[in-house]
Amino acid sequence: MNELLAALPTYLAAHLQLSLAALAGGVVVSVPLGVLATRRPRAGRPLLAVASALQTVPSLALLAFMVPALAAVGAPSIGWLPAVLGLFVYSLLPILHNTTVGLSTIDPAILEAADGVGMDARERLRRVELPLALPLIIAGIRTAAVWTVGTATLATPVGAKSLGYFIFGGLQTRNYAAILVGCAAAAALALLLDGLVHLLELGARRRRRGLVVAGLVGLVGLAIAASLPTLRQAARGGPRPLVVGAKPFTEQYVLSRIVAGVLERATGLPATTLDSLGSTVVFDGLRSGEIDAYVDYVGTLRAVILGRTDVPRDRAAATREVREALAREGIAVAAELGFENTYVVALPRAQAEALGLEQIGDLARHAPGWTVGGDYELFHRPEWQAVVATYGLRFASERSMDPSLLFEATRSGEVQVILGYSTDGRLDAYELVPLVDDRAALPPYDALVLAGPRLVHEYPAALQALQALAGRIDAAQMRRLNAAVDRDGLAPAAVAAGFLRELDARP
Amino acid sequence: MIALERVRKVHGEVVAIDEVSLAVAEGELLVLLGGSGSGKTTALKTINRLVEPTSGRVSLAGEDVRSMPAPLLRRRVGYVFQRLGLFPHMTVAENIGVTPALLGWPRARIEARVDELLELVELEPASFRGRSPAALSGGQAQRVAVARALAAEPRVMLLDEPFGALDSRTRARLQAALAKIHRRLGLTIVFVTHDVVEALLLGDRIAVMRAGRIIQVGRGRELAQAPADDEVRALLTEPLEQAAAARARLAEGP
Repeated sequence: MNELLAALPTYLAAHLQLSLAALAGGVVVSVPLGVLATRRPRAGRPLLAVASALQTVPSLALLAFMVPALAAVGAPSIGWLPAVLGLFVYSLLPILHNTTVGLSTIDPAILEAADGVGMDARERLRRVELPLALPLIIAGIRTAAVWTVGTATLATPVGAKSLGYFIFGGLQTRNYAAILVGCAAAAALALLLDGLVHLLELGARRRRRGLVVAGLVGLVGLAIAASLPTLRQAARGGPRPLVVGAKPFTEQYVLSRIVAGVLERATGLPATTLDSLGSTVVFDGLRSGEIDAYVDYVGTLRAVILGRTDVPRDRAAATREVREALAREGIAVAAELGFENTYVVALPRAQAEALGLEQIGDLARHAPGWTVGGDYELFHRPEWQAVVATYGLRFASERSMDPSLLFEATRSGEVQVILGYSTDGRLDAYELVPLVDDRAALPPYDALVLAGPRLVHEYPAALQALQALAGRIDAAQMRRLNAAVDRDGLAPAAVAAGFLRELDARP
Repeated sequence: MIALERVRKVHGEVVAIDEVSLAVAEGELLVLLGGSGSGKTTALKTINRLVEPTSGRVSLAGEDVRSMPAPLLRRRVGYVFQRLGLFPHMTVAENIGVTPALLGWPRARIEARVDELLELVELEPASFRGRSPAALSGGQAQRVAVARALAAEPRVMLLDEPFGALDSRTRARLQAALAKIHRRLGLTIVFVTHDVVEALLLGDRIAVMRAGRIIQVGRGRELAQAPADDEVRALLTEPLEQAAAARARLAEGP
């Protein structure tokens, strides 16, 4: 809990910065667009239609889409920029919509009066229309503020610091206190922002300068507080800290901290971790140099970079093939850790024993009556096609869910079989037994520490230090490390520190 | 002072006013009298270009109204609307001062003018300056509307059924106030109404309109003595006695 609270100010500030930047952009763009839309209905209608259409895109998808979109134009594609752009786009509609409604529902008699007393179009807009539409415009900003703060939690998978760190990480490591901290902080922030904008609204409506000033002071204060960490970082100067990426599961959180620890010791530079990144986001980040290292798996890399969907016959050849492909991208394989995290087909031990199931092929008979569960990626992946084709499995239905819920679903009976991960500590915790892949349908998933261009070119010592991890973590060790987080509730950083101490003590 | 020459306004197929010609002398109060759809409001609005005629010419003090930008023209012509039209987000003082502010008057002059006008329309400045239009009665709001129309010291004022929505007592008091203001300031006024009594009471001359055309123009008595047709006759003879009585009361004064 203390570690959570210690991390809170940083992530809170980052979250606020993200939300305020997106919201400010939304206001600056949407209000003039709203004015334009009411002056030129021919342009306005399509504008509103586009904004509405953007709003129907699920927010996570919108944020995720910014990654390849930015990469395509050569801009920084992970972290702050895609997040803030996605949130900005998301904030447009409520403000634009309310501005147009506010401006177009003014009593025509008032508008005629404005003309009649001799206002030209600009004076009428400034002195009559905008003031009368202001309460609605501000209501739109309030809606956008609450949405933006909420949606900013989804900035974590695209690599931006936000309160989503607590929520995504907590969900994966079953650290419910973390989820609670993240949610409570996001909710409090949303309420605070809403309250401050509300003050502005009251001040504008009741023509009370004090309220407007209080609201503005509050907002500016928040903006300053949010940018303090960034400013301090800029003032400190020096080289950018090393960044180690992690995908959204326990093993990645632990390994990223181990890698970060090794890097800090070897370079003397601070090394930070960037958690809960999407699979392609983290790889693109490494390639573009925004991330310096992370751990990935041969099978995943083969599918992602080589687009190979077949199952390789020769394990060593597959790894070599991946290494060569990575080298062409300027990425080095610093170490093979010594374990494999492959997909395993698993089911509750009691069930397996009762039905005498040992190999994946044994499932064929029961599959038509069963539901199989897997993570979000699985059912789109070639590995799943390979398993289904090789063993001729036809399940009654396939259900995608968050890995952290997958295991619980076997207990509740929502799914009978899952595709889990071989190093997952929860296999033991939930008494699940993996079935043998006797026909080798699943490709190898040896874990590799990947080092990006910056480590390769500027920090050869760091690369060497990472090589010392080669062969140091076997599957049993990895399961133990995972279980220490998932079952015992230790923080990934603490588990990683323990491992590094142990490593030093070893000969 | 004001001249309409063969002014015509067509909305699509509908002819709102047709070949309307009218001359209003300086200092005169001319009433445009007619039922709804007679074109009286349209004719009035061509004077300050809230309506742009399809054809014909409108001139103000000898100048074609199209010779200057509409907003500048309107700042020179006071206008009181049929439906109040006070700005709900401004105080009474800001409403009255709006045209002077557009003209760039110094603040102090605007403030003084607002007080002067509130007194003219018989509203206590100290009590009314800071009020919101929502906090006014119908009669008070219409007094403020008259004050706003007068604010920039126009020589011409246009009023579009300004007292139509008021109860008869309030209406009578405002009519009296307007008549007094007209006399005192020597304004040229065009006043639109469908109320014959009001027309006879206030108008130096009356222009009777029907179906977009002016049927007859003249003093009330002339109209009554030699009506152009039966409808005009019916319109005028009946309320003439009532008007005479009201005029007598007005002359005695409060």
